[in-house]
Amino acid sequence: MINPIGNLNKIFDSRIRLGVMSILMVNEEVSFNDLKQMLELTDGNLASHLSTLEENGYLKVHKGFVGRKTNTTYSITKAGEKAFKGHLAALENMIRSME
Amino acid sequence: MTEQQNLETTLSDIKRIMERSSRFRSLSGLSAVFAGISALAGAGVALFMFRAYYDRWVARGHYDDADFAQFRLQLIILGFAVMFLAAAGGHYFTWRRAKKNNLPVFDATSKKVIINALIPMLAGGAFILGLIYNNLDVLVAPSCLVFYGMALLNASKYTLPDIRYLGISEIALGILNVFFLRRGLYFWALGFGFMHIFYGLLMWWKYERRTSEE
Repeated sequence: MINPIGNLNKIFDSRIRLGVMSILMVNEEVSFNDLKQMLELTDGNLASHLSTLEENGYLKVHKGFVGRKTNTTYSITKAGEKAFKGHLAALENMIRSME
Repeated sequence: MTEQQNLETTLSDIKRIMERSSRFRSLSGLSAVFAGISALAGAGVALFMFRAYYDRWVARGHYDDADFAQFRLQLIILGFAVMFLAAAGGHYFTWRRAKKNNLPVFDATSKKVIINALIPMLAGGAFILGLIYNNLDVLVAPSCLVFYGMALLNASKYTLPDIRYLGISEIALGILNVFFLRRGLYFWALGFGFMHIFYGLLMWWKYERRTSEE
């Protein structure tokens, strides 16, 4: 028998990381502040989750400036897209197998 | 909570976040209703001005260049006044709704709505100035409707999906107007007045009725 949760991605265990990926799936480029606002998080909390996702190659970081203020934006990578879709498919499969 | 319910909430959370982060959902139906009422009031004033102009024409017994130029200028000023009033009221109701739901009015999604609506609107504005410059007055009303409809259609990807149908309705009315030139004021009132009120009420009914009862 195949392990039913074998296809779930460990990195997406965190709701926050799953939320970040959901937003990046439908928006080309999202700034740190917009992510913070949409997910209702604090700076430190969001930053640590973002670096986990970056280390796994799921998102790209772009550092830029708006005037003098730094403006960091994030976008999803091909690998991130693939991982997220795989995770969703695994979730759906699990629901179906329970019915 | 059972494991299955847990998974289902996760999936619906994902869907909700995707939806919320890519569309500006605070747009209020009342904004459209207010814009519609402004447009109808403007059309009423315009009708009154038309009548007065033709009365002067009849009393004088002939056409007068200076009088026509003045009448035309008054109509253009009226048009800008209505547009300004509608935009101001539209902002107010949307701002109020966003505030009630504790959401920001100017975020990434509303910026997308504004930019995507503004591109066809500015193109239309420049095009219509060209029409006025060349005295092609009969084409002004249909062009307003078509370009405005395109602006809505373009912005609808980033806000409530109903805006898409409002946009298509405006484009259709504009095209129909080209086949009934000189009836511009009626099409204008129908498109900017009744259509806004109809879709505004529909949107209010669908998205805001429940929250305002709570």
